[in-house]
Amino acid sequence: MKRILVGIKRVVDYNVRIRIKPDGSGVLTDGVKMSVNPFDEIALEEALRIKERGAAEEVVVVTVGPADCQPQLRTCLAMGADRALHVQTDTALEPLATAGVLRSLIEREQPFLVLLGKQAIDDDNGQTGQMLAALWDRPQATFASKIELAEGKARVTREVDAGLETLEVDLPAVVTVDLRLNEPRYVKLPDIMKAKKKPLETLTLESLGVTPRAQLKTLRHEPPTQRSKGVRVNDAAELLAALKHKGLL
Amino acid sequence: MSQNILIVAEHDGRTLSVATAKCVACAATVPDAALTIVVCAADTAALAQQAAALTGVGTVLTVEHPVHAHPLAAAIAPQIAALAGPYTHVFGPSSTFGKDLMPRIAALLKTVQVSDIMAIESATRFRRPIYAGNAILTVEVLDGAKVVGTVRTASFQPAAGGGSARIEAATPVIEPPSHTRFVSVSAARSDRPDLQTAARVVSGGRALGSAENFQLLYGLADTLGAAVGASRAAVDAGYAPNELQVGQTGKIIAPELYIAIGISGAIQHLTGIKDARTIVAINKDPDAPIFEVADFGLVGDLFEIVPQLQKLLG
Repeated sequence: MKRILVGIKRVVDYNVRIRIKPDGSGVLTDGVKMSVNPFDEIALEEALRIKERGAAEEVVVVTVGPADCQPQLRTCLAMGADRALHVQTDTALEPLATAGVLRSLIEREQPFLVLLGKQAIDDDNGQTGQMLAALWDRPQATFASKIELAEGKARVTREVDAGLETLEVDLPAVVTVDLRLNEPRYVKLPDIMKAKKKPLETLTLESLGVTPRAQLKTLRHEPPTQRSKGVRVNDAAELLAALKHKGLL
Repeated sequence: MSQNILIVAEHDGRTLSVATAKCVACAATVPDAALTIVVCAADTAALAQQAAALTGVGTVLTVEHPVHAHPLAAAIAPQIAALAGPYTHVFGPSSTFGKDLMPRIAALLKTVQVSDIMAIESATRFRRPIYAGNAILTVEVLDGAKVVGTVRTASFQPAAGGGSARIEAATPVIEPPSHTRFVSVSAARSDRPDLQTAARVVSGGRALGSAENFQLLYGLADTLGAAVGASRAAVDAGYAPNELQVGQTGKIIAPELYIAIGISGAIQHLTGIKDARTIVAINKDPDAPIFEVADFGLVGDLFEIVPQLQKLLG
């Protein structure tokens, strides 16, 4: 079976303005809208399009996290994923441990392609895909804005600081996706109903042989220093005068 | 305990990037640290000289191999991992080069990565932004684990030149993998200043309305000797190429002067410019969030204001 594995993460929704807990121990999530990490949604959309073109037979979506991640997995099933895997744990895993979980699922699922978002918009780490590729000893193509598949190979266009870089990688490989790869589809109501019947399997870390090791301790969260609000100027001439006065022109 | 820090050089084959000098500056704030730069390239001679001149660097290691003609993470990571033994920290810039490479090194070393280091509190304690810069996290690396880190370059001034580090050739110990091949990179060469290092940046948003209108900004930028940037909306709409994008998922910059034109100021954009010394906003909408962070705000039609600025400056 030609299979694509897509990793997703449940995060505070893109549009929420986050608030830090008064004691600095974290970010308030009670009653806050949670969503699939937007980059991961793009990864899933790409997997679905590859399957719709006939280049893959099955799209499996996986997440690692607590029980309340299941609505996000159902959203992915409604988008069109065939199956969902939920590696359930209440411990927040570091990226290396998450990569270890995915590595172990690869043994089980034997995908020819693993797609992930380039970063999660909560912790902004941007590590899991590259770490997985290293643990798997397979190619990585990060920040993808175009993916073309050929026999046993993928040609990936990457958004890099210099512009656009193209790599050719042998499959299987890990590709992490950037924003301009595609625009994810909207989920329709009948698909939400259908998704309820699709298989969602719950797994434990123990069953995958993963014992997470914490190498990092969070000491505190703080708000960033705020820029003070400046002044309004009335026209172009006043603006240039103000900049000259500040020694900027 | 003294620290031993390895910094992975970023370069284009001829010139060391300013990001590398900023990594050196960051690493130099770790108390009691010896700094080494490693240069992986097809031809390391000139690059090693540039690295050796950075103040604070004790040693430059060169790894010369044809595979390093292009920065392939799959080829560089095993090489760095093989050299990493004696080092307490391995740092690289939080550019697309470093973001691609450093986690692969960390995983080969089975150790932790701290992304986007903006400040160092001790050899094991770091500050970094999360949630697009809307929270600042302080983290402690535990149990003497080797620290792989990417450096948020906008938070540091580049290390000065004038140093004279020892240069040593390291033997390439790794047979580079053949599974990853460089094909091409778009060569959008321009005579304008580089967006990431420019003292002045003129940036445009969706309100520009078209790629043709975006040319207005190039005119103003050239008059000011500024680099050109863009919001995600402008890049998504095809008005500007991706390498001009400023923000959480684009470039994080810290110019002396940032002029945001027709940019509303989504938090993802603001996170890319919050270290700018002075921010100017020009926007039709007086309630645009960009005005909350702007030092100087001008409400009005950019299609009138930009030509006026141009005329007054010319």
